[in-house]
Amino acid sequence: MPIEVSETLTFECETGNYHTFCPISCVAWLYQKIEDSFFLVVGTKTCGYFLQNALGVMIFAEPRYAMAELEEGDISAQLNDYQELKRLCTQIKKDRNPSVIIWIGTCTTEIIKMDLEGMAPELEAEIEIPIVVARANGLDYAFTQGEDTVLAAIVHRCPQHHFTGERKNEKQEFVPSLPLGTDKSMESNEQSPPVLFGSLPSAVASQPSLESKRQSVHVSGWLPAQRYTDLPTLGDGVYVCGVNPFPSRTATTLMRRRKCKLIGAPFPIGPDGTRAWIEKICLVLGIRTQGLKEREQLVWEGLGDYLDLVRGKSVFFTGDNLLEVSLARFLVRCGMIVYEIGIPYMDKRYQAAELRFLQDTCNEMGIPMPRIVEKPDNYNQIQRMRELQPDLAITGMAHANPLEARGINTKWSVEFTFAQIHGFTNARDILELVTRPLRRNNNLEFLGWNDLVRLGR
Amino acid sequence: MKLAYWMYAGPAHIGTLRVASSFKNVHAIMHAPLGDDYLNVMRSMLERERDFTPVTASIVDRHVLARGSQEKVVGNIIRKDRQERPDLVVLTPTCTSSILQEDLQNFVDRASTSSDSDVILADVNHYRVNELQAADRALEQIVRYYLEKARKRGGLNLSMTEKPSANIIGIFTLGFHNQHDCRELRRLLKDLDIEVNQVIPEGGSVEKLENLPRAWFNLVPYREVGLMTAVYLEKEFGIPYISTTPTGVVDIANCIRQIEALINVWTSILVGEERDYELYIDQQTRFVSQAAWFSRSIDCQNLTGKKAVVSGDATHAASITKILAREMGIRVSCTGTYCKHDAEWFREQVQGFCEEILVTDDHTEVGDMIARVEPSAIFGTQMERHIGKRLDIPCGVISSPVHIQNLPLGYRPFPGYEGTNQIADLVHNPFTLGMEDHLLEIFGGHDTKEVVTKSLSTNTDFAWNLESQQELSEIPGFVRGKIKRNTEKFARQNGITTITVEVMYAAKEALSA
Repeated sequence: MPIEVSETLTFECETGNYHTFCPISCVAWLYQKIEDSFFLVVGTKTCGYFLQNALGVMIFAEPRYAMAELEEGDISAQLNDYQELKRLCTQIKKDRNPSVIIWIGTCTTEIIKMDLEGMAPELEAEIEIPIVVARANGLDYAFTQGEDTVLAAIVHRCPQHHFTGERKNEKQEFVPSLPLGTDKSMESNEQSPPVLFGSLPSAVASQPSLESKRQSVHVSGWLPAQRYTDLPTLGDGVYVCGVNPFPSRTATTLMRRRKCKLIGAPFPIGPDGTRAWIEKICLVLGIRTQGLKEREQLVWEGLGDYLDLVRGKSVFFTGDNLLEVSLARFLVRCGMIVYEIGIPYMDKRYQAAELRFLQDTCNEMGIPMPRIVEKPDNYNQIQRMRELQPDLAITGMAHANPLEARGINTKWSVEFTFAQIHGFTNARDILELVTRPLRRNNNLEFLGWNDLVRLGR
Repeated sequence: MKLAYWMYAGPAHIGTLRVASSFKNVHAIMHAPLGDDYLNVMRSMLERERDFTPVTASIVDRHVLARGSQEKVVGNIIRKDRQERPDLVVLTPTCTSSILQEDLQNFVDRASTSSDSDVILADVNHYRVNELQAADRALEQIVRYYLEKARKRGGLNLSMTEKPSANIIGIFTLGFHNQHDCRELRRLLKDLDIEVNQVIPEGGSVEKLENLPRAWFNLVPYREVGLMTAVYLEKEFGIPYISTTPTGVVDIANCIRQIEALINVWTSILVGEERDYELYIDQQTRFVSQAAWFSRSIDCQNLTGKKAVVSGDATHAASITKILAREMGIRVSCTGTYCKHDAEWFREQVQGFCEEILVTDDHTEVGDMIARVEPSAIFGTQMERHIGKRLDIPCGVISSPVHIQNLPLGYRPFPGYEGTNQIADLVHNPFTLGMEDHLLEIFGGHDTKEVVTKSLSTNTDFAWNLESQQELSEIPGFVRGKIKRNTEKFARQNGITTITVEVMYAAKEALSA
C-alpha cells in the first residue's frame, strides 16, 4: 500500500473495522467523578462481561454502578420494562440512596426500542430520584463518546442561569477556593464566567481552573461537577469551553438547547495546547493574558530529558479514544513525526481550532502532515505499520502484545484516557507514558530479543 | 431484569470465540456492534498472546439496522478469506445481533460459495447458555462439521492407531491453567505408553479433525468443555471416553485404572499383551508425587479439621473438595459451583465430602455463605479471593474466572502427579498464611505504631529473667523477634529494665488494646 505525504491535512475514512472500548466504559470514570451518582447499565451479559473485565479490580470495590441484565423475558416483552426498572431502581434507592440514577442505554435497548427516555420522567416522579438517560451504545459511538452522551444528557438538568446579582453570589460557591485570587479576578466575574465541560479527575480539574484564574478568568462551574447536586447554571450568553476533544454532542446541546456560547479552542493537552486554550478563552472574554508564554517556556524546559528521547522518532496512532489529534499535535511539537492519526470519529467543527493548531504546528516544526483516518481499519493499519515501521504505535490492548512481539514498540492508548494529561503540570505525565516503551527498550536493547514471533504461522 | 455487576461465566459468544481462536488457522467473525471484541484484549493481555487474535467483528451499526447486514457480513467473510486464507471461518452472532433475527445461515451459505475457506455459523443461544456451555457446543459443532465432511467425501479413516492412543479434548485459550494441564496430561499418557492422537481445540488443525476417530479413547479433563464432543464421538464412532479428571492422587489412580480397562479390551487382540499400571500408580503415589507424603506429614496433620470453603466451576470445585476432604482431612464446610447446568453431577461428586452444597451463580450468595461459615481458608475464583480480602480470610484460586496472575508463566498444572504437588502447596499456603496472621495478632500484631529502634537485632540493655526467656523461647520462631521487640519497646516506654513474664503480658495487653 503506497503511503503518500501531503502538504495539508488529509482526511480519509476506512471501513470502521477497528478495536475500541464500548462506550459504556464511561461509567468507570464517571461514577468516580460524580460522587453521588449511580449508573445503571441496561444491557445484556455481554455488556456486563466487558465492564467486569475492563474495570478490573474496580469491580471489587463495590462500585456505584450495576447492570440491569436483560433476560429472555425482557427481550420478548413478556415482562413489563417499566415495572422491571422500577423494581431495580427502588432497590438501588434503598441500598445506596444516590442523588441521581443514570441509565445507560445499550445496543440491545436500541434494537428492541426500549423507550428509556419515555419511562425515565414517569419513574423519576414515582420514586423521587432524578433519572438521566444516556444512550451510550456501540451501534453509534466509540469509547470516550460514552461520556459525551452522558454529559449531553446532564446538560438538560443544569439549573437556569440568570444575570442577576443574587444569582451571582450563588455562583461564587462553584469557584474553587484557590489562593491566587486577586482583586482583578473579582472584576472579571462581571463578565459571564465560562463553564468548562468534560470530566476530569478533581486533582486535574483544579489545574485548568487555576491556570485560567491566573489570567483573571473565573471558572464558574464544571460539567460534570463533583456532585450531581452541584451542577453549574447554564443559560443564554453563558460561555462554555471544552477540555476534551470528544464531547462534541455536549457542545452542540449546550449551544442549541441552552443557548450557551461555545469557545472553540484547542484542548489543554500539552503545554502548547494549554497555552492556546487559555489564550483563546481570554481572547473571547477580552482579557489580556500575562506571562503565559514564559510559563509555557518553563514547562518545555522542564521536559528536556524526555524531549531528547522522543525527538525525531515516529508515531502511529491506530485510534480509539478521540484524544488522538490533540496528542499528535503535542507530540509533533515535541519533535516527533506522526505518520497516521487514526480516530473513531472526527467532528471537524468542534475540533476546528485543534486541527488548525495541528496544521500550524506541523508547518512550524517542518514535519510532514499526518494523514487523519476516520473509522480506521485495523487490518489495513497493521499492513501500513509493517511498511512504515514506526518507532511507536499508540494502540489498543488487542494489538499491543502482537505488535511488541513483532518488534514494534507500543503504548496502550487507553492509558491516555485515565492518566492525568491536562494542563501545564501534566505534560510530563504524557511524555512519561509516551517514552515508557522507548526507555524500556533502551534498557533491553543490547539483548537482541526484538522479534519474538515464530515464523510459518 | 436482574440487578448484577459481576458474573462467573461470560456471555455465550465468548465461549464460541475461545474455541474457534484456539484452533490453528481458524478465523472467527463476530456479528457485533463496536466494542464487543473484548476477547481480543483478554487474549492479548491475560494470555499474553503474541499473535493477533483471529477474531474480527463485522460491525453492526445504524446502517446495518436500516438496511440489514447481508452485504457487509458476506463481504467481511470473503475479505477475511482473501486476507488470511483461513481453513475455517466461524460466523458468531452476539446477543445484540441475535435479536435482529437476520438469516445469518443464508449469509454463510452465500459466502461459502465464493470463498476457499469453510464457513459455518456458530450455534449460540445467548439467552439460554453461558460461556462454558457455548464453548462445549462450539467444539462439538466444529468437530461434527469436519467429520461429516470427511464422511461425505468418503475419506474417513476409522481404523484405530497401531499403538494405544488418546485424544485430549477441551484444552483451550484463557482456560484456567490449561496450557500447563495439557503438558502434564501428555506426560501422564507418555508414562502410560499411550500416544496422544490429537489435542483439541488448542493448537489443533481443523484439517486433521478427521483423524480423531483413530484414537482408542478420548480424555476429557474438564467437564465444562469437551464432553459434548466426546459424547458425539462415542455415539457416532463408538469411541469411549473418560471424563474423570485426573486431579488429586485418588482420582488420578481412578482415571488410570479406567484407561487400563479401556485399552486392555483391545491390547490383548491388537498388541498381544495386557497393560498393568498398578505398579506405576503405586510408585508415583508414594515417591514421585509429594502429596501422599504431605498428607501424612505433620504439616498436614495440623490442618486436620480446619474449615474450608470451596467454590468454582464444577470440575475444579469437585476435585478440590475431594482432595481437601479425602486426601488432607480438611473439613469442607461448604462447596459450591456456578455451573448450575451441571448441578446434578456436582452434587453426586461431592456428596459425603462436604457439609453443605451451594449451587449458585450469584456472587453475593457465595459471599454471604463465606461470611457465615467463617472458614480458615477459601478455595475459589478471583471473586472469592476478593471476598476473602474483605473478610480477612486467605484464599487460593482454583478456578476461572481469573486474573492475569492466574495465567502464570511458570509450570503450574492441576492434574497429574506434578499437579498434586502444586495443589498441596496451594492448599498449605493459605492455611499457614492465615495461621501466621492469627498468631501475629495474638502476640501483638505488626510493628506499625512507632519504631523505637531501627535495628532488627535484639542486643539491647534489657535484662530478661529466666522465666521470661523461657516464655519467649516458647513463642513460635517466626513471630518471636517481633514479640521481643514489642515487649522491649513497652518496657522502654514504661521505664522498666528487667523483663519478667508479667511485663511480657502487660506489653501484649497494651499493644493489642
